[in-house]
Amino acid sequence: MSPPATTAALRVTGLTAGYGPVTALDGVDVTAGPGRITAVLGANGAGKTTLLRTVSGLVPARSGSVHAGDVDLTGAAPERIARAGIAHVPEGRGVVTELTVEENLRLGALLGKARGRTDTAIDDVYAMFPPLAERRRRDAHTLSGGERQMLVIGRALACGPDVLLLDEPSLGLAPRVVSQIFELLRERVEGSRLAVLLVEQNARSALSVADLGVVLNLGRVVASAPAAELAADDALRHAYLGF
Amino acid sequence: MLQFVNTLLTGLGQGAVYAAFALALVLIWRATRVVNFAQGAMAAFTTYLALLVVESTGSWWVGLLTALAAGLVLGAGVERVVVRRVGPHNELGAVIVTLGLFVALQALAAILFGAQFRSFPAPAGLEGFALGSVTIALTPSMLITVGAVAVVLLGLVALFRFTDVGLRMRASAFDGEVARLLGVPVGRMLTLGWALAALVGSLAGVLIAGGSLVWPAYMDTVIVNGFVAAVLGGLDSPGGAVVGGLAMGVILALVTGYVGSDLVPLAALAVLVAVLLVRPQGLFARTAARRV
Amino acid sequence: MAAPVRPTEQAGTASRSGREPGRWSGLAARLRPRATFARHAALALLALVVVVLVLELTGPFRNSQFATMSYYAVAAAGLTVLTGLNGQISLGHGALMAVGAYTTGLLLPADVPLLLVLVIAAGVTALVGVLVGAAAARLKGPYLAGATLAFAVALPGLAIHFDEALGGEQGLPVPSPRPPDWFADAVYFLSANETSSAKYLAYVGWLVAIVAFLLLANLTASRIGRIWKAVRDDEVAAELAGVRLSRVRVLAFAVSAACAGLAGGVLGVVVRLAAPTGFTIVLSISLLTAVVVGGLGSLLGAVLGSALLVFLPPAVTDLGASAGLTDVQAAQLAPFVYGAVLILVILLAPGGVVGTVRARWHARTTAPAGAPEERTGRS
Repeated sequence: MSPPATTAALRVTGLTAGYGPVTALDGVDVTAGPGRITAVLGANGAGKTTLLRTVSGLVPARSGSVHAGDVDLTGAAPERIARAGIAHVPEGRGVVTELTVEENLRLGALLGKARGRTDTAIDDVYAMFPPLAERRRRDAHTLSGGERQMLVIGRALACGPDVLLLDEPSLGLAPRVVSQIFELLRERVEGSRLAVLLVEQNARSALSVADLGVVLNLGRVVASAPAAELAADDALRHAYLGF
Repeated sequence: MLQFVNTLLTGLGQGAVYAAFALALVLIWRATRVVNFAQGAMAAFTTYLALLVVESTGSWWVGLLTALAAGLVLGAGVERVVVRRVGPHNELGAVIVTLGLFVALQALAAILFGAQFRSFPAPAGLEGFALGSVTIALTPSMLITVGAVAVVLLGLVALFRFTDVGLRMRASAFDGEVARLLGVPVGRMLTLGWALAALVGSLAGVLIAGGSLVWPAYMDTVIVNGFVAAVLGGLDSPGGAVVGGLAMGVILALVTGYVGSDLVPLAALAVLVAVLLVRPQGLFARTAARRV
Repeated sequence: MAAPVRPTEQAGTASRSGREPGRWSGLAARLRPRATFARHAALALLALVVVVLVLELTGPFRNSQFATMSYYAVAAAGLTVLTGLNGQISLGHGALMAVGAYTTGLLLPADVPLLLVLVIAAGVTALVGVLVGAAAARLKGPYLAGATLAFAVALPGLAIHFDEALGGEQGLPVPSPRPPDWFADAVYFLSANETSSAKYLAYVGWLVAIVAFLLLANLTASRIGRIWKAVRDDEVAAELAGVRLSRVRVLAFAVSAACAGLAGGVLGVVVRLAAPTGFTIVLSISLLTAVVVGGLGSLLGAVLGSALLVFLPPAVTDLGASAGLTDVQAAQLAPFVYGAVLILVILLAPGGVVGTVRARWHARTTAPAGAPEERTGRS
């Protein structure tokens, strides 16, 4: 293993994983740098969600490694990986619907680095997503789709993570809401130490917000380049990104 | 009229205990989707321990504390050693395992403590208070029973509402995967949940035994009545369990008073069938079943 | 064999919606059953020979143990069909046995012939089973377990409440039928042995058991059995294929209850008493233990499990007594072992004896064919 030139917040090397006889990830290399949004793109079944689930420990890796900074997290339990500063927002929102908005946020703020100043961490989220502040005492199942997405992103940020794994945040949301959320995300990442790995089916809007892009196909990386370059590559776009 | 009032009072006193027992079932059901059929046998076991302590120290309260502590340990141990290994999505296996625990613990209690009837002292007097010339069926013991249940209930509410551990426990119960992604040690929370539930069950065991007889199977009808109470309130609803427990206490006291005590279990069965046919999610379920 | 009228239609619609596989399985179904039924009949004859040999070669004490085993086997067979094949759990089978035992205790003194009494006991219990099954048809898993538990706790209360007819706490004495002369003559002719009462009851028990097992084996191999399994494995798919779930569940409960009633009837004449204390929850859980240990869904497993229920208690009781326990304590060792075994089997060998042996056998014979994948996928 040769040491990387710059310390990536998240470095995934040769990651292989799957379910039963199916190999969903086949030797994937991905890095996410601080202050950057890295989009992971590809068709349905390309292995994007599996990549995030393997990084966060929900799916066991068969081979390869996952590092956060200098810490080797390969094979660690999800709760340990979360405490190491990797926040995963799963597909389909992951709101705990039986809890209130504030309780959901508190759950995030209780984690690791935000400990001892949970109220500030929660207030930061309310400042970023004002609609949540109005509904803080409500049960989370009363929220709209966009509000739920704000809640889970806010909750993940309240953890004070170094790495944010976002799985399909645009799923089922109106385009206006999606671009609003992406803009807020962009502002939050700009000039910070936060690294974002953004999995998206919706390649066009993901590339518009991302710095870098990685394209997966059938569990392998087929392209890895600055977002603008990928967006400009007609052949690649037609073959893998569907726009 | 007096008889009716007294029947109601007795029912509410019993109901408080059923409420505690039902609450123990609900706590475990919410956390692990298991109905703990061993709850009664576990409580009987810890009540025997309490009896030993009461007999040697002479203090009912020290006995109660012993039972509660033993309940905590037993509940945690059962979750760690047995229940966790059954694995998720094995409904039948979970039911069978708790039944195995039920029989094994009951038999073990008989082996260790004897199969004969033993009397368990009451926490306080068993004479009803006098209101002028009439004596009502409200006794100092019953007040202690109801008070103990109320204290434990409020303690649980405070734990779940206002503490970080309580929040983590609720998150683990509702959505284990999300909780893990937020750094919550879900396994430890589930162990804690079982421990707390067993503590509440042990409380019910000692309260039922107080001023009455214990034998290894003395909790058998309580399991049924507590289960019916929990289903009546909705297995997912702690508040429902309390209301269901009080309701069961009153219903069964009315049956005992006006029909006959032999038919009390039959009445419990009738209530259960009626609830399951009319409103299977229980009277107080807030949301329909989360997992399909 | 009573022809399975209604469910056959259901199976017809089920396979029709499945097009090609439907035609294929229809063909297979036409070819298979006759061979299966012949095999079952041969096994029944073999079992009969074994029963005669065993009962003639053992003494009165063993004879009475085998009599006990016969009714446990029938009750366990009924439970294994319900739980193993249809996926419904029941903690009420002890109470259903009580229904059979009390029915027998009421009818035998009225000079009704024994076999007719047993048939009626099965019928009455089946009716109770229909009631329980109808109430339970929509319930699953823990709800069903709790409901049948409530049933098991409630039923003995009836016997105590109606103590004039049913004997109250003391129970209802059941007259022990005397062996008919022709039967004693036949046994003497075969083996030159006298027919003791214990031996006669063991014969009755095992004849009943063989007939019950033959019927159950054929039933489970028939379309009804396949529908039960389909409902167990995927009730949504079964319902979409036209199976009416509640009716199927009630039928399974009725068949299972009939077995319990039959077993209870035999229990009544063997024990000579039907009393509330004989039908506790521990009896229901013992039956569950037999079924789980033997292997859920397997009739052979039910026989093995019932042997466990008969021969394990004296063994562990002796062990306990020799280890210095009092009689009362030693008697509790058996339920303790049941409980422990129940837990261990579920955790370590969920297939029970039959399931585990079968899995090993398959692994050895079909290892190269890729069958193990399915097993690793499950574990």
